[in-house]
Amino acid sequence: MSIFGFHYRLERKAIGLVIAIVVVASIGGLVEIAPLFTIHQTVEDAPDMRLYTPLELAGRNIYIREGCYACHSQMIRTLRDEVDRYGPYSLAVESKYDHPMLWGSKRTGPDLARIGEKYSDEWHVAHLINPRAVVPVSVMPAYDWLLATELRTDDLGLHLKAQRAVGVPYTDDMIANAPLDAFGQSNPDSPQADGVSKRYGNATTVRAFDGRPNELTEMDALVAYLQILGRLTDAAHRPIAQAEAGQ
Amino acid sequence: MIAQLTRNERTNAILISLAVAICGFLLGVVGRGDPLAIHGALIFVAGVLMIFRLGKDYFAPEPSDERFAHYYDDPSKAAIVLAMIWIVFGLAVGDWTAWQLVNPDLTFGGGWSSFGRIRPVHTTAVIFGFGGNGLIATSLYVLQRTSRARLPDQLSPWFVVLGYNLFCVLAVTGYLIGITQSKEYAEPEWYADIWLVVVWVVYFLIYLRTLARRKEPHIYVSNWYYMAFILVVAMLHIVNNLAVPVSLGHAKSYSLFSGVQDAMTQWWYGHNAVAFFLTAGFLGMMYYFLPMRAGRPIFSYRLSIISFWGITFFYMWAGSHHLHYTALPQWVQTLGMTFSLMLLIPSWASAGNALLTLNGAWHTVRDDATLRFMMVAAVFYGLTTFEGSFMAIRPVNALSHYTDWTIGHVHAGALGWVAMITFGSIYAAVPWLWKREGMYSAKLVEAHFWFALAGSVVYVFAMWNSGIIQGLMWRTYNESGTLAFSFVDSLIAMHPYYVARAVGGLLFLIGGCIGAYNIWMTITLPSPAAEKTVDLPLPRPTGGLSPQPAE
Repeated sequence: MSIFGFHYRLERKAIGLVIAIVVVASIGGLVEIAPLFTIHQTVEDAPDMRLYTPLELAGRNIYIREGCYACHSQMIRTLRDEVDRYGPYSLAVESKYDHPMLWGSKRTGPDLARIGEKYSDEWHVAHLINPRAVVPVSVMPAYDWLLATELRTDDLGLHLKAQRAVGVPYTDDMIANAPLDAFGQSNPDSPQADGVSKRYGNATTVRAFDGRPNELTEMDALVAYLQILGRLTDAAHRPIAQAEAGQ
Repeated sequence: MIAQLTRNERTNAILISLAVAICGFLLGVVGRGDPLAIHGALIFVAGVLMIFRLGKDYFAPEPSDERFAHYYDDPSKAAIVLAMIWIVFGLAVGDWTAWQLVNPDLTFGGGWSSFGRIRPVHTTAVIFGFGGNGLIATSLYVLQRTSRARLPDQLSPWFVVLGYNLFCVLAVTGYLIGITQSKEYAEPEWYADIWLVVVWVVYFLIYLRTLARRKEPHIYVSNWYYMAFILVVAMLHIVNNLAVPVSLGHAKSYSLFSGVQDAMTQWWYGHNAVAFFLTAGFLGMMYYFLPMRAGRPIFSYRLSIISFWGITFFYMWAGSHHLHYTALPQWVQTLGMTFSLMLLIPSWASAGNALLTLNGAWHTVRDDATLRFMMVAAVFYGLTTFEGSFMAIRPVNALSHYTDWTIGHVHAGALGWVAMITFGSIYAAVPWLWKREGMYSAKLVEAHFWFALAGSVVYVFAMWNSGIIQGLMWRTYNESGTLAFSFVDSLIAMHPYYVARAVGGLLFLIGGCIGAYNIWMTITLPSPAAEKTVDLPLPRPTGGLSPQPAE
């Protein structure tokens, strides 16, 4: 009775109700979210983790813009069938630089967390131009117009700068050369190509992703992004024994 | 609309519209070469149109003091009409999206019309356009009646209704031109998010100011829910949308959080958008319109207290059940699952409270489609919350997650619970608001009810089937220990269910169109009923129909 008696008085006070609602509703989030920033084991260490190049970041933004995440997850769960189908389960560190994360919530199409280098650039371009040309029963929309759309690169430096503001360690050098690096990465024979490997590491893929080295299109960017998925670090591929020994 | 505003309010309205127009102009100028410019222009035009509209009637005579003897319902009326426009639009886009999974060439070749862009148009139009306008309309209506006080002024509720709809228009047009944050149900970009915060603060202040003027000592349970809806949605919205724009001239921003922290924040938001937008607000609606329509008091005051605080506390822990078996630490997953299960108690307490309220009025449920909408909504609410708790169990989630089962679950809640309780409440409120004897056609309400119920059932059964088949196919192994089906095999198996789902959606859309027509006919045909003497903002002895705490 006393609880209901207390409530009988509380519900006569608008400000009392407001404070009670805010306090009661805050607890769950505080307990579940705040420790994720402070407990070190939440995100694994991966010294080999590399950054998205400007071209890959631009591709990621196209992936976001087109709502690809509505049908494709990027999170392989710790279940046997998912590991058998898609590859090693996803680690937290693999999306450490993903602002925002694209784990997804629905698989109308398959998971893409480890799609990188699983198919050729030509396959991806053909598939994006007309998904039914390579997968006859696919229900994916066609993105043929990406091939005809020039990629906007003049503001890529600003993009990298904003990324740095939220915690991605891009250097001044990377920011200053972002538009050139985007061009260089899709044009291996150009003088700008060397700078990409220099700034982002020798493992960076430098290729004419859409098959046309002289034109930098949104298709280049999206394919470059798809080809890096799951390949920013090899932490997930390390043998389990080694990972356990490290703990 | 403008004739009801005082001269002072008209001046303030023009100043606000001017500020909006200037903001739009500036966004348009600094955002040249970016999609942001289109939105700047849209905001500018909205502001300028408002200035012209206000200027036209600026010198019209001021309203008389007689207005204080009545509740101020014009903003609620506008929000109901807007809600019906949004639902027809949102359902139509939703059904188009559904048919695209049957025949992917239904994009007609445009980039703007692909599944990924129009899917958020559907979700935003129905959740925020229809649901949000329904909540604003009913909350302002209920707030005044249960407080027996008029809204504090006439400008701020209009600001909330029009400002909120500007946000919805920015959101929906944004997706079509490629502006999105990709966070589900929080897709609008930073400038729209900031605008929503401004609108929301005004909305909350209307609540506090009206409650401060109330002539009932107790704050009615509906208002607890509406307040929780407003407050917690503000918390969720602000935290989940923290982001750094590329520049002031770019629509694009990068979220402050990344990876696992971002995932947890997003689903803390996402699940509680379900809890506090799609549940708390609509429970507030139910606690007023269901007892009023049934002519019976709420069954139990104590159950409503338990369920209110249970929902407010437990729901906030449940978001992590969206991330079972992912890279989210297991302790958070376990907490999410545990609280999701406990959540069944307050959820069923609410559903039970609603259904037990109908005891003694079941003959009315049989004859009155409006009350039947609300009854079926309470049943769907009970079923969906049970299903939700069940799906939050880790091993169940292993099967259901990433499949169409989730889509079925969401639509059981969205079509069966949210839309049905809103339609029921709107059918109850429209004759009261527009002073009519009843709806234009009771038969059309009946028809709408059966279309809506049939559509919901067909939709949900189709998605249960496809989701469970999908989940099972993905995890089936053959004798040699390898996966039995390719992903494409599961896609082929989905086809008949995708057709059935689109048909179910079409039925629900037809029902929505019937409802919109019926409401339009009701409010345009002149047949004024005598004003109800109990429906006035004065302290007076309450009749048996007025909802009161049971103790």
